[in-house]
Amino acid sequence: MDSSQLFGIAMIAYLLAAALYLGLFLFKTERIGLVCTLLALAGTCVLTAAIGLRWRESYQMGIGHAPLTNMYESLVFFAWCTSCFYLALEYRFKTRVMGVFVMSFVAIAMAYASFSDRIDSKINPLIPALQSNWLIAHVVTCFIGYAAFAVAGALGLMYLLKQSAENRPSRDGQGLTESLPPLPLIDDLIHKTIVFGFLWLSAGIITGAVWANEAWGTYWSWDPKETWSIITWFLYALTLHARFTRGWRGRRIAWLAMIGFVAVFFTYFGVNFLLSGLHSYGSA
Amino acid sequence: MTTSKKNAFSSLFASVQLALLLLFLLASTAIIGTVIPQNNPAAFYVEQYGFKTARFFQLLDIPDMYNSWWFLGLLTLFAVNLIVCSADRIPQVIRLVRRDILAVTPEQLTKFPLRSEQRHAGDLPTAAAQVALVLKQHGWRAQETQVDAGRLYGAQKGRWSRFGVYVVHCSILVILAGALVGSSTVARTIFRDPLAAFKGSVMLPEGESVAHVFAHKGGERLDLGFALHCDDFAIEFYGNGMPKTYRSRVTIFEHEAPVRSAEIEVNRPLTYKGITFYQSSYQPLPDYLVHLKKRDSKAETTARIPVATEVDWPEGGVSYGIINRERQGEVTRRLKIWFSDGQGEPSVFWLNIGQEATVERPSGAYLLTVQQRYATGLQATKDPGVWLVYGGCLLMLLGLYIAFFMSHRRIYVLIQPEENGCRLLFAGDANKNRVGFERSFLQLVNRSENRAQPHLPQ
Repeated sequence: MDSSQLFGIAMIAYLLAAALYLGLFLFKTERIGLVCTLLALAGTCVLTAAIGLRWRESYQMGIGHAPLTNMYESLVFFAWCTSCFYLALEYRFKTRVMGVFVMSFVAIAMAYASFSDRIDSKINPLIPALQSNWLIAHVVTCFIGYAAFAVAGALGLMYLLKQSAENRPSRDGQGLTESLPPLPLIDDLIHKTIVFGFLWLSAGIITGAVWANEAWGTYWSWDPKETWSIITWFLYALTLHARFTRGWRGRRIAWLAMIGFVAVFFTYFGVNFLLSGLHSYGSA
Repeated sequence: MTTSKKNAFSSLFASVQLALLLLFLLASTAIIGTVIPQNNPAAFYVEQYGFKTARFFQLLDIPDMYNSWWFLGLLTLFAVNLIVCSADRIPQVIRLVRRDILAVTPEQLTKFPLRSEQRHAGDLPTAAAQVALVLKQHGWRAQETQVDAGRLYGAQKGRWSRFGVYVVHCSILVILAGALVGSSTVARTIFRDPLAAFKGSVMLPEGESVAHVFAHKGGERLDLGFALHCDDFAIEFYGNGMPKTYRSRVTIFEHEAPVRSAEIEVNRPLTYKGITFYQSSYQPLPDYLVHLKKRDSKAETTARIPVATEVDWPEGGVSYGIINRERQGEVTRRLKIWFSDGQGEPSVFWLNIGQEATVERPSGAYLLTVQQRYATGLQATKDPGVWLVYGGCLLMLLGLYIAFFMSHRRIYVLIQPEENGCRLLFAGDANKNRVGFERSFLQLVNRSENRAQPHLPQ
């Protein structure tokens, strides 16, 4: 069995999990809740094995390196981080329905990685610029941050949906979002995930800067990727200050969590496809 | 008059609103430089955006916006905001941290967010000993005092964590200071010493030496104070043609004596006397290095020759030349060699770069290798501020951890004697993570309750 088969199985598990979480959300059949979690967990385990196997395969090809070096590998790793982060959150806070937002996102990321024409899933050797011990530290820290922000964005969306349903007088509108956790809990979770993500994003930017100084002799060159990462950092810093010192809560923070995730998404994805710069090896 | 002016100044810069505005402005203006290509020649902007827009760009330094007066101005305002805002709040925090833990009244305790009441069957000293023990077992180092209503125990943890956010603010200032110390512009214009901090580069052909580099900003010539000799430059490829390694072997000479030899690769720079050399590019030169040896004799030669030139080697009695080449991009892969010893037809054959060929001639056998000659592109950087920047980064991570994941927790127990025993009032507060604190507060309260009636029949 090779890693690409395992990636396929993981993708199917995530797609099924997303569909079942949707069922859980729409029909509120508590009985399938456990199945949802088990599927998401199974997908994550298979994905872990797939990533490990791909790592091994690269060594068998004689060009061994961590599978974190092109768009395919980073998307897969993003899906892995996000689902791990989500599962931890689900376990800790015992709220299952938010899986509908996060798992569909994970499933889309996996499907896009597998089916898009723009994405090459071949294992390629490392170009000289990437041959560094900083590779793993930089990518892992960034992606833990990205995963947290993805979950925060999904929670923001959930908050806004629930709130607008509660404001609507009609009963059936409210019925759909009734199963979502209470607004104060979502608000608290958004804040906690942003705080967590902010710490890791900072670590990601710092490891990137140290690596850049090692490879190119400059820790900061205002390359589009760097610039967008600092834009994202500024946005979340703004969000945290608005909350800590201006008492912003609920709706405003939910919007900021979503806007922040747009910036994250652009940093990760948009920069590679739309702008040129030092990080161009991430685009294929 | 001056005081009110000063107040207006400091209250503006101490405000969080200004911080929020500046963060927003920095985030949104930084986008410009990611959309409009930076540091291109003026003609590029005229061609791309038209004359009028290009003039407007020039006015606002858009082609180098991250070094423009207005962007640096925003960063300066941000730094001033950080300093004033922190200086404004730190005294308050110091007061809070140094405040006597026992300076609370029983009335204040009844307003704490976490409270719990218990009865204790023993008298005041028994109950007090009990409370002191439970607090100690939960890791609280309590202080005690007599109050009118009875006896008060107070303890706190993590009060220094209130400084976490200021550690983060300070770390940003340290990073900015490091950037200033390492800035070539500051070195040139303020310290008038371009060698104090610079970024420069040099194209160094194999077999040659250089004692200077050219500054990236202004192109000025910077003397290194030592000479750098390029012994050799090599590119290795993977099987699929992707580049694997760019490697320069260099030797440093001081007063014409070699002092250090090293290899420089991408991600493996060489630092000597505070100047760091990075492998940044290369250039194939139009000539080739030929190494020729006559077998069974000591005669050998090395020559540097361009294409389509006939070279004589009288000692070996042959002449040779390169008559054609096959290139991938700028890098030569194969050469067509012409080789004659004046007897019979000359040999003509293709030879891979770096491979040894044996040429059998009537006058004997010759061993021939040809190398592409390169110039290696090295970047040289002197950045005395980099350790300040790294220190600031570490400080930031530490500060973020303290600010986000540590909290100032306080716990009080008021013991009031009553008829047939005592009343215990537990009160607690945390400035962050109240949910987590509530859990440990309840654990402590339960432990005390279980101990309060150890001899009561179940």
